[in-house]
Amino acid sequence: MIGSIPPGLVLVLGALVAPVLPGRLRNLYLLALPVLGLAGLIGLEHGIYGAFEVFGYQLAVVRVDKLSLLFGYIFHIAALLSVVYALHVTDRVQAVAGMVYVGSAIGAVFAGDLITLFVYWEGTAVASVFLIWARRTERAYSAGMRYLIIQVASGVLLLAGAILHVAETGSLTFDRMGLDGLAGTLIFLAFGIKCAFPLLHNWLQDAYPEATVTGTVFLSAFTTKLAVYALARGFAGTEMLIWIGATMTAFPIFYAVIENDLRRVLAYSLNNQLGFMVVGIGIGTELSLNGTAAHAFSHILYKALLFMSMGAVLLRTGTIKGSDLGGLYKSMPWTTGFCIVGAASISAFPLFSGFISKSLILTAAAEGHYTVTWLVLLFASAGVFHHSGIKIPYFAFFAHDSGIRCKEAPINMLVAMGITAFLCIAIGVWPDPLYALLPYPVDFAPYTTTHVITQLQLLLFSALAFAVLMRTGIYPPELRSVNLDFDWSYRRLLPAAAGFVMAYGRPTRERLIATAERRIERFIARLYRHHGPQGPLARTWQTGSTALWVAFLLGIYLILYYV
Amino acid sequence: MTPPTDRTPKDKDRRYWLDDPRNVSKVFWTLCLICLLLFAADALYDKKVHFAFEAWFGFFGIFGFVACVGLVLAAKELRRVLKRDEDYYDR
Repeated sequence: MIGSIPPGLVLVLGALVAPVLPGRLRNLYLLALPVLGLAGLIGLEHGIYGAFEVFGYQLAVVRVDKLSLLFGYIFHIAALLSVVYALHVTDRVQAVAGMVYVGSAIGAVFAGDLITLFVYWEGTAVASVFLIWARRTERAYSAGMRYLIIQVASGVLLLAGAILHVAETGSLTFDRMGLDGLAGTLIFLAFGIKCAFPLLHNWLQDAYPEATVTGTVFLSAFTTKLAVYALARGFAGTEMLIWIGATMTAFPIFYAVIENDLRRVLAYSLNNQLGFMVVGIGIGTELSLNGTAAHAFSHILYKALLFMSMGAVLLRTGTIKGSDLGGLYKSMPWTTGFCIVGAASISAFPLFSGFISKSLILTAAAEGHYTVTWLVLLFASAGVFHHSGIKIPYFAFFAHDSGIRCKEAPINMLVAMGITAFLCIAIGVWPDPLYALLPYPVDFAPYTTTHVITQLQLLLFSALAFAVLMRTGIYPPELRSVNLDFDWSYRRLLPAAAGFVMAYGRPTRERLIATAERRIERFIARLYRHHGPQGPLARTWQTGSTALWVAFLLGIYLILYYV
Repeated sequence: MTPPTDRTPKDKDRRYWLDDPRNVSKVFWTLCLICLLLFAADALYDKKVHFAFEAWFGFFGIFGFVACVGLVLAAKELRRVLKRDEDYYDR
């Protein structure tokens, strides 16, 4: 903490000054904020800070322990990298929104009570939508609106759950709560929406690809990982999460294979990666929770890197459709290289970050004898390599030459991608510093002969499958299309149902309105009769008769008193 | 001789190594060779496993291949049901 300003708030308050600063100075200032915030975390003792009492309830604005610190570190690092990536942007709205968003997410992971968590939770929702709206297109506006409604709904559920939780337990402390009782269920749902559980997931694939080039990089890091943190804190060892997580790893990859918008492909694979973390939370052992925390850390970096590389492509070519791209390695060799590092990391190639974090979760699933879950995770691991590891770099940078020749990405983007790629490799090669940050002591060696060889077999045979399908022409081509997902239910089905009701319910509606109007007219007429100019209650009374009435009432009172 | 104004930019004309289909084939066959070696590697070390089926010879390779082919074929079928025109939601 800096002085007595809680972590996160430094960035939120700091962001408010940003718009008045001129260009260069603003960039410098925006770079300094996350650095300052990170410096404030170093050497911070575990414990509760900023505790105070409101109406007899104990609030704890800041709770520092290994879990909150780990997420605090990576959120600051991701913020710094995102700022570097966005240095060429002159839009002040994005500068402020990005920083308030990051600050809120950081504040939320340090929140020690449910009310503080709620405030920051809504902060992330409201600030982040501006990163979508800043695209300034009709599509982005509607996607942002849908995103905001769903995010705020998550916050409302959280608040309702928090209030019930206080009523049930008398405490506001945010700790392990479990699913028994309505309070726990509501809070679970609130977290589940933000974590993109199956059927609650579609805001992610809907909104993230519509955000600005730099906005998506910000968005990819914080909202969903905040939810992962909250689930790990509140619902570790909840068995239902194993099934939810396994479903999340598997079903988005089918969509990823046939999706044309490459940033949407990444959104689907983001959903799939969250599934691994959720499974880790559900298993709930020290090994699996370590796995979730480690995977969140490395995932934030490689996912940001992948979104950065696709953002650079979108910036330079004006499109991000797989059907229109190809052959860009000739124009953007550096971006291609960085993208491949991100792809290798998400695919968990040995020596890249995903390898040393995902294996903790898979090993935990195997040790707990969750055979089906383990097989689903293995399938998803092969699948993620297939769509994120190969499809993304292949269709953007290789495949058939689209003939597009453009400039390499701006220097600030290359620097951001370079640092992120370096971190992805560094964590993969040298995992011990990350392992030291995990919530529980780590007794795990990722680089065993069995593990390295079996992982390479899985991945390279997946690559072989891709190559064979490509050469035989079986692989489905990239087509300009949209694929129906769950958002269809609220973008098409619900409006259609509402239209149906409006059309066929018209006679009933008109009858209802007519009845209501008649009643109101009658009511007004009655009101007029009693209170109107001729009404008995509107007449002015003479003083004499009033005095008589008062005397009469007093008389009755006296009689009653003596009786 | 073509006038200079008609000339495409230098990098547009440049032939890259991967532009030659024969080289793409080389990459493909190299990948096949690596896969073959990795498959054979199962004979060379003591596999430490949690589930009995993991110990089957070449389990991870076969699983990866079958999983990916299955994934793509299933997704292709899914497209019949889910695919709509690009402006589906804008209409």
